Amino acid sequence: MQIIKHDINIDFVGRRKLALILSGIVILIGIVSLVAKGGPDYGIDFVGGTLVQVKFTENTDAAKIKDSLAALDLGSVLVQHFGDDANEFLIRIQKTTEDRDLSALVSGSLETSYGKGSYDIRRLEMVGPQVGKDLREKGFLSVVYAMIGILVYVSWRFELRFAIGAVVALIHDVLITLGAFSITGREIDLPIIAAFLAIIGYSLNDTIIVYDRIRENYGKHQKQGFASVVNHSINETLSRTILTSGTTMLVVIALFIFGGGVIHNFAFALLIGILVGTYSSIFVASPVLIFWDDYRAGKRKPAVAQGSAK
Amino acid sequence: MSNSLKIRTGMVLACLVLALVSLGPTLFGSSLPDWWRKAFDPIHLGLDLQGGMHLVLGVDADKAVESRLDTIVDQSEDLLREKDVTFKRVDRLPGERIVITVYDEDAGKQADAIMAESFPSLEPMTLTADGGYIQKNYRLSDSEIEAVREYAVRQALETLRNRVDQFGVSEPTLQRQEDNRILIQLPGVKDPQRAIDLLGKTARLEFKMVMENANPQDAVAGKLPAGGQLLYERRVDPRSGTATEIPLVVESKTVLTGDLLSNAQVRIDNRFNDPYVAIDFNAIGAKRFDQITAANVGKRMAIVLDDTVYSAPVIRERISGGSAQISGNFTEQEATDLAIVLRAGSLPAPVNILENRTVGPSLGQDSINQGVLSVLIGGFLVVLAMLIYYRVSGLVANVVLVLNVIFIMAMLSIFGATLTLPGIAGIVLTIGMAVDANVLIFERIREELRLGRTPRAALEAGYEKAKLTIIDANVTTLIAALVLFQFGTGPVKGFAVTLSIGIISSLFTAVIVSRLIFDLYLSRGKVNRLSI
Repeated sequence: MQIIKHDINIDFVGRRKLALILSGIVILIGIVSLVAKGGPDYGIDFVGGTLVQVKFTENTDAAKIKDSLAALDLGSVLVQHFGDDANEFLIRIQKTTEDRDLSALVSGSLETSYGKGSYDIRRLEMVGPQVGKDLREKGFLSVVYAMIGILVYVSWRFELRFAIGAVVALIHDVLITLGAFSITGREIDLPIIAAFLAIIGYSLNDTIIVYDRIRENYGKHQKQGFASVVNHSINETLSRTILTSGTTMLVVIALFIFGGGVIHNFAFALLIGILVGTYSSIFVASPVLIFWDDYRAGKRKPAVAQGSAK
Repeated sequence: MSNSLKIRTGMVLACLVLALVSLGPTLFGSSLPDWWRKAFDPIHLGLDLQGGMHLVLGVDADKAVESRLDTIVDQSEDLLREKDVTFKRVDRLPGERIVITVYDEDAGKQADAIMAESFPSLEPMTLTADGGYIQKNYRLSDSEIEAVREYAVRQALETLRNRVDQFGVSEPTLQRQEDNRILIQLPGVKDPQRAIDLLGKTARLEFKMVMENANPQDAVAGKLPAGGQLLYERRVDPRSGTATEIPLVVESKTVLTGDLLSNAQVRIDNRFNDPYVAIDFNAIGAKRFDQITAANVGKRMAIVLDDTVYSAPVIRERISGGSAQISGNFTEQEATDLAIVLRAGSLPAPVNILENRTVGPSLGQDSINQGVLSVLIGGFLVVLAMLIYYRVSGLVANVVLVLNVIFIMAMLSIFGATLTLPGIAGIVLTIGMAVDANVLIFERIREELRLGRTPRAALEAGYEKAKLTIIDANVTTLIAALVLFQFGTGPVKGFAVTLSIGIISSLFTAVIVSRLIFDLYLSRGKVNRLSI
């Protein structure tokens, strides 16, 4: 079976300016949302705080839970429905106290309101502000280190301009995913950093495969001009790109739907990242090479003109 | 069959057998013979999957330095008295300093001599005196401060290890981290609150004499007599369960500490069936307890744990056996835990809980079920897609995919890595990506076939050309995974582990195993058509 005909020839490269505008708009929307919300919505991993996941045996709602905790005077408390179960909730407490009994306090209040045994504290996470700050720094650095490592490897295996194209595409992907998180009001926590690094890895995987073909074809068909070689290479690898992205999407969608609440945002990041990563290896990483080539040619031209005038 | 083919077949089969053997304990558990279970551990599940506690405790090392200085203050007061030096007072000041205030130059010189002899770690500091007194300043040297802090963290780790051992958790982890932090992981802990109470307690046991002539109410109002300290005794009404706090003024000087204990055990009071903790002093402690009780018959002695008075019984007679008891409306659980912390020893400095992640066993099991379900569904969809798209060759890719999952699990078991929920996501992602290598190869083979090559030649060329691309693409992903591994804590590290292992395993299965299957197929004779 074939989804993509082997002699397909879509003019991807010709639409690179359109793609540039499209990417620009999507990134801009994300940045506007990020600015409007005053930065990314960090989870307790990065700013500190307490999170309690509770499952109730009886029907209840967020307002009632909040009421039952009101007497504790815990500062900003947020109660959200969580996961597939109708009576499972997340309680977020901004207070970053090193108070040992916070979980006991919450448990005690719930016991008074709902009775013993009618609820189950399934998860409790408390992160102090200092640990949160450390994790945030480490998380940011790890993304930067990964990018530097990749830049070095790709420039070694290919050329610097390929590495720049790859990293531009990666930044593109991470920015869009970050924007998508901001727009949908999802929190960035520790596993999301892992997802970002996975996206970086995946998007790069895609990009390298197109680059590899460009390198191979450029040796053979140099006369056709660089843009044409790039376009030809994208078309040749298109079938593989679609199929691999397709199978990866299948499993990530399975994870998104069946993986459960704890991993929901993680799967969401991968979902967006793989979509954008596939797009960027066709419409961002390769066009950057051409822009770079055009820019270099533009610089070279005056010199050539002078030469011929002599 | 050629020799190279035989060798390759043997190698792949050997890997498969090793993988299956190593997975035995994970899949079949206790039904296997002993030697087998000893040779390979079952796959470790992370705390997020089996439930448990992840704690990061910060040791307040500054407090350890302070209490070291307090001890020096006490000891120097004693020494100065012993040597008949007249002094006004000895104080601890901020900046790790001790100040001895004396009346004249002569006493100052004597103080200097005594301090230099007894506490070589103190550096004298000349500061101008005021108000007619002479102040002798001493500062704890930087190296000594560092040593005290270092010792505090090491000692805290040791004490916490003792407590955890007595708490009864299988396979706990305790690790020292940077910035005076201690990481504790308690898999499958049933009562997280109890664990926190047990680990977070400083458990500094002190015996102090009660100041009978001081009025506690005055002390509450802020009028504390010199050398006195206001503490509270906590009493719980056994019927209503309400706690009341009764103020008590004690001498701030500690007469005896819990360091001199040799044992602590729970006993039950015969009369009221109340549990109490019986403590035994070691030889030095017993001697000192004997002297104290002899000197203070008829007075009250407060038993203070972490600045809370547990009880303040009247000393009726001299106690020379070296044993005492701590009672104070305990439940049996509280008494047991108190005995544990007293046996394990006190922490040299208070600890703060900086991070606490607790997952209940029910959530862990749900996560496993959901994770496995996603792997199965995602895997099934991929298998189906490959079959439809590449037919017989798709079948080869699927066989390879199954092998891939087996190899990943086997490596997790052999390297003793930990499987976490993000780790399962890593496996899911690897399944999606592992197919990629095969897709690359198959697409190449299709291209070669279109150019009119024979199946054998197309296969050769396809593998040859795709190989470098596959390696380049995977190495870059591996870089991202390794960075993640360096950074990662807990669940995130689990993701990095399965992703890295997955990449290595898919390289092996795609480039070597799937090639081998095709070669075996082609070696059977002349093949005119390749189902791809």
